[in-house]
Amino acid sequence: MLTFVGLGLYDEKDITLKGLEAIRTADVVYAEFYTSPLGGKRVEKMEEVYGRKIFILQRSDIEEHAEKVILEHAKNQNVVLLCGGDAMIATTHVDLRLRAIDMGIETRIIHAPSISSAVAGVCGLQNYKFGKSATVSPPYKEVISEVPYETIRANKERGLHTLLYLDISMRIHEALVLLEAVEEKKGEEVLKKSLIVGIARAGSDKPIVKADYLPVLKNYEFGELPHVLVLPGELHFLEREALIKIAQAPEDI
Amino acid sequence: MATRGKKAVEKVKLLMDKTERIRNIGIIAHIDHGKTTLTDNLLAGAGIISKELAGEQLFTDFYYLEQERGITIFAANASMVYDYKGQDYLINLIDTPGHVDFGGDVTRALRAVDGAVVVVDAVEGAMPQTETVLRQAMKEYVKPVLVINKVDRMINELKVDAQAMQIRLGKIIDKVNELIRGMKKDKYEEWKFDAAKGNVAFGSALYNWAVSIQTMKKTGIGFKDVYEYCNQENMKELAVKCPAYEAVLDMVIEHLPNPLEAQKYRVPVIWRGDDESEIGKSMARCNRDGDVAFMVTSIDVDPHAGEVATGRLFSGSVEKGKELFVSGTYKKDRVQQVGIFIGEERVEVDKIPSGNIAALVGMKDAIVGSTLSTVEMVPFESIKHYSEPVVTVAVEAKSTKDLPHLIDVLRKLAKEDPMIRVEINEETGEHLVSGMGELHLEIITYRIEHDEGVPIIASPPIVVYRETVEEKVGPVEGKSPNRHNKFYFELEPLGAEVVEKIKTEGITVGKDKVLLRDKLIEAGMRKEEAKNVVNIIEGNVLVDMTKGIQYLRETMELIQEGFEDVMLKGPLAREKCRGVKVKLVDVKLHEDSIHRGPAQVIPAVRNGILAAILLAKATFLEPVQDVFISIPQNLLGNVTRELQGRRGQILDIKTEGDMVSLKAETPVAEMLGFAGDIRSATEGRALWSTEFAGFKPIPQTLFGEKVMEVRKRKGMKLEMPNVSDFVS
Ligand SMILES: Nc1nc2c(ncn2[C@@H]2O[C@H](COP(=O)(O)OP(=O)(O)O)[C@@H](O)[C@H]2O)c(=O)[nH]1
Repeated sequence: MLTFVGLGLYDEKDITLKGLEAIRTADVVYAEFYTSPLGGKRVEKMEEVYGRKIFILQRSDIEEHAEKVILEHAKNQNVVLLCGGDAMIATTHVDLRLRAIDMGIETRIIHAPSISSAVAGVCGLQNYKFGKSATVSPPYKEVISEVPYETIRANKERGLHTLLYLDISMRIHEALVLLEAVEEKKGEEVLKKSLIVGIARAGSDKPIVKADYLPVLKNYEFGELPHVLVLPGELHFLEREALIKIAQAPEDI
Repeated sequence: MATRGKKAVEKVKLLMDKTERIRNIGIIAHIDHGKTTLTDNLLAGAGIISKELAGEQLFTDFYYLEQERGITIFAANASMVYDYKGQDYLINLIDTPGHVDFGGDVTRALRAVDGAVVVVDAVEGAMPQTETVLRQAMKEYVKPVLVINKVDRMINELKVDAQAMQIRLGKIIDKVNELIRGMKKDKYEEWKFDAAKGNVAFGSALYNWAVSIQTMKKTGIGFKDVYEYCNQENMKELAVKCPAYEAVLDMVIEHLPNPLEAQKYRVPVIWRGDDESEIGKSMARCNRDGDVAFMVTSIDVDPHAGEVATGRLFSGSVEKGKELFVSGTYKKDRVQQVGIFIGEERVEVDKIPSGNIAALVGMKDAIVGSTLSTVEMVPFESIKHYSEPVVTVAVEAKSTKDLPHLIDVLRKLAKEDPMIRVEINEETGEHLVSGMGELHLEIITYRIEHDEGVPIIASPPIVVYRETVEEKVGPVEGKSPNRHNKFYFELEPLGAEVVEKIKTEGITVGKDKVLLRDKLIEAGMRKEEAKNVVNIIEGNVLVDMTKGIQYLRETMELIQEGFEDVMLKGPLAREKCRGVKVKLVDVKLHEDSIHRGPAQVIPAVRNGILAAILLAKATFLEPVQDVFISIPQNLLGNVTRELQGRRGQILDIKTEGDMVSLKAETPVAEMLGFAGDIRSATEGRALWSTEFAGFKPIPQTLFGEKVMEVRKRKGMKLEMPNVSDFVS
């Protein structure tokens, strides 16, 4: 059996009890940290708290050699794969699960909170008003993906909020510079006119949630990773009040 | 009359401005026909070197190895002043190398000149390289005059009489004319050689005399007298009465065009921009007040001034401080110094107007072939190369502390000589230096050790192969490691004509898509494909046949990188590919860019194409050379034996008297060590030269062996690769 266990938002204590049980009854415990940031997790700490040896997998172990590294074992052993956030939030895991099913391996998911469900609460926005999300990735040879920018625009046209994940090592400042570059190239003003919410270390003891406009946010010190961004669409009066009180948005939004 | 020293400099400076009194010329010849000797003669005549030394000093052969081997390797430049009928003329001479291992240099030099002095040995007549260089001159619309050299040998060694001599000379002229007629019909009547017209001179560069119809009129010394002087071994007197430089330079001035005349018809040929554009008109008129258009024909690295770009100024004037665009770089460099050449020396001047050969200091981004201009313009056609570097040595600094210096030296050599390629083997860290042949590489390694003072260890030379496909396949799928992206490729042979055109014209994907499309269609590609070519590398193309695929634009850069990777390292033995047409026919992409980054797209594309190449019946191409050999009849057997042992194919055998000229085609790999072997097989009596003749499929029987040979050298697994190595 292959069990996908979500580790939750931030540190080793965010796992669910069910998740912990799965770990303790497993034959082998794997973890991968390339799809979701480590946040406050330390492998040694996790091993200590969960009482099990954890084997860290590389990207290629899952993408290229999954059969050998994971699936073969899961045929007649209880294999657990740990990952940050919710267990199925990374598309790679869906693919892995499908391959397991094809091999006749039983699969199971143990959920945990992830940034995609937590984000609404963190900044006081309403969950059902989020549109599609996107990831801001580092440019390659000066080609900056326009997908995040277009996603924001499309969501805004329908009054929806946008959650932007950032590349695993990217800071809010960097992401905003990239978005701004796309805006400049297109000669538009979506970003410039929008309120933006920056969130750092959601789920930790000292999260930062700060709402403001581009110039302020670009230079705001958010501290340690992980970071994400939210671009609110149309605001309900309750959301407006929440942003001012929870995220220190300017009073006149 | 000639002018010496300082005075010459002053006169050159004056004449630069008198465009109608400028002649830009080159001297072309088969090896050993006397080009260097004649060049020295002309320079002596112009007072650049002393007359006594002419014929001995071999001035332009200033490079050690050239002297040792008695051949000219590097094009040197010289300007001289010549007094013709009471008026001074400026003759800019670009020396062209005589050895075909250096074919690139010849063509480059020819683009910068308007006229050529063709030197032919009276005893040997027109030889293969005479034909090759003449053809290159005709392609560039360079008008020729003819010098039949070594006439003294005809008289003194062959012992022909005065009448037989004239008949033989006539035959040589006919032969060369025949060549020209075949190469350039439209100019034949105007350009053909005719002693009566005065565009032919007869003489002896070694003994400093020459005659032509003009000198005969002037001095009254005709063929009969020449014959007598030679026969009586009194060539000294003949040299005083009919100096060689006078006959030749008179002919140059009378028969070769000045820049004003020449640029009118040459600019439309050597430049592919719009003739009606401002810069086009300015160049055709050689307008010194127009925008600057300059073509770089050689780059030297001067220890004090840095890089010196020499070339032809077709339009405008260049002075210190001017900023010039460097074609292909989007950069502008500032001119720090302008100069002209006198002998080997560069003399600084304030300003040089169009029509001249100039040397510019400060063009740090320029390479040989660059167009430099004050306005952005269509560059001169990339210079046509007839040869490719196919022989490689790995060099290593003897002492690791020299490594940084070695890297600098290699970079410098590659800039100075575009026929050298330098690459780093990432697996071994070795520096791979590729050149035209064994001799070329010998010179390069010699220069590194002796001129640059870096002791090195060089591997024995090896020959490079190319990987290609013989059949059509597809679509073949390449999947990204995360399995979120898929790429579909169809492969087929690109076709020899297209490869040939891409290679000889240096076609690349630039800004001008319409021009690219038209050139590819002209070469035989279908329009729907030609207009979608997104990348060209090493004679392979990537065609994007997809339509309206979302996010493809954001991914194209990565797809191209994967494509280029494979084209530089094919599946068989990581040799470069050649003649492969890769068509991207469908793509499935993940929407979020994080799932289609470099780590995903590049391997997907690479593996897809690698597998497709194997499926399309991958094979090796090997470089081949034409070998021209001339030997006494009785040695023919020894030579054919030598060639057959090297998988050589004899294409042509001609007998002239007791000499035999033979043309063969031989794989370059088999030619390594040929110089020594042919020498001992013929007691050093064979005269031979080689010419690059492209790539040919390797015989099926040798395929496996050669692939393994290369794999072994590169430390790869000694197994033929399988499709399953790349896709599952
Ligand atoms: N007898 C004779 N020998 C000549 C003449 N011109 C050149 N040579 C000799 O031919 C050889 C090759 O001449 P060179 O100028 O180096 O030829 P290049 O290879 O065309 O530059 C040298 O040994 C010269 O001395 C000539 O007019 N008469």
